[in-house]
Amino acid sequence: MIALEELKSRIAAAVSGAQVEIIPNPSLANQPSILLDGPHARAVARFLRDEPDLAFDYASNVTGVDWPERVIKEKIKVKKETGGVVSETEETIERKTPACLEVVYHLYSMALRHGPLVVRLRTGDRQNDVALPSLTPVWRSCEFQEREVFDLFGVIFQGHHDLRRLLMWEGFKDHPMRKDYVAPDDYEYEPTPHDQTLERARRHYPQEAAQS
Amino acid sequence: MEPEIELQRHGVFTTTVEQLYNWGRKNSLWPLQFGLACCAIEMIAASMARFDIARFGAEVFRPSPRQADLMIVAGTVTKKMAPQVVRLYNQMPEPKYVIAMGACAISGGPFKEGYNVLKGIDRYLPVDVFIPGCPPRPEALLHGLMLLQKKIAAQPLTGPGRPRYLDQNGPSEFPCPSYGAHDLEPLCNHALWQPPSVREELHS
Repeated sequence: MIALEELKSRIAAAVSGAQVEIIPNPSLANQPSILLDGPHARAVARFLRDEPDLAFDYASNVTGVDWPERVIKEKIKVKKETGGVVSETEETIERKTPACLEVVYHLYSMALRHGPLVVRLRTGDRQNDVALPSLTPVWRSCEFQEREVFDLFGVIFQGHHDLRRLLMWEGFKDHPMRKDYVAPDDYEYEPTPHDQTLERARRHYPQEAAQS
Repeated sequence: MEPEIELQRHGVFTTTVEQLYNWGRKNSLWPLQFGLACCAIEMIAASMARFDIARFGAEVFRPSPRQADLMIVAGTVTKKMAPQVVRLYNQMPEPKYVIAMGACAISGGPFKEGYNVLKGIDRYLPVDVFIPGCPPRPEALLHGLMLLQKKIAAQPLTGPGRPRYLDQNGPSEFPCPSYGAHDLEPLCNHALWQPPSVREELHS
């Protein structure tokens, strides 16, 4: 497999204007990924598929991630000079990352037997700017999975030739895999409610809960 | 000695219309050939030689609801599938029976808290036998079938407790739920099913 740094520079050379960001993965899996920008995503995808020594000819998995607005705390060592004495202190910096919807593609090469290359696309926000280019014209296997992401997360894939809901019915208004999805109150009594279930039971039976 | 048995010893067989009628009904329960999830695999296994549902006269899985007597709801009923299941039931001719096979068909099972799974087919259909299990083994399905046969054999043809199709006031079909903006509408058939009421635990 090609190193991501090298891949990034090659993409920048091949597709003019494409912005590629390498996203590290600090967990044990240590599987870094590349983040593409929407307008050039399809050109970059074609490059990844058609370049002979990359030949990512198979998109095995497309999935969605819903990122609410997050505050990330980072500890940074700061050197301070007070009265000629240099002291090093740790400061915590809070950084806000905007809310967005993310689509993750796992690419493999059947011809060269390497992969996965994890490619991400992000929307501008979670409400209005939710359009992304569809990669179905590049990899046919994305068709149903992009429909599923559209269904459950509400990402609109531009250029998808058949963008309908996949699991839920036409006319269903919500996107159930979003973090802020609230299921309709259809609670059924359980013999031993506890924790979240007990909270739901109290909400569902307010009069009985008030008596207790 | 009972007179029937004495008569049988002399080669005379006596019965009632009710017994003969129910005997015929209970021994030719043809199921509708459809499966919704993994329970269907057990249903298929029950129809094969090892378990052999043909011993109970129920081996003729019909591909058309018009020819079926028994609906085995085998598997998870998603909300998207629920109207079609109810419609298939409505298309079956009387007398007809429903077996809810497996945890999902009974209550939604492990997917009960999910956004796309119906919390039990008994919300929309009159279920005769519930078979718990995830999935139930073929023996459990055969046991359920035998229970249904006992239930049919005990049904009087007149008076209270008679089958629904012999009751002029009985419902002839059950309304299909429609797809709403957030959930199925209505959430259940209130004539068949009421949501469970709260009990003591909530007060403690």
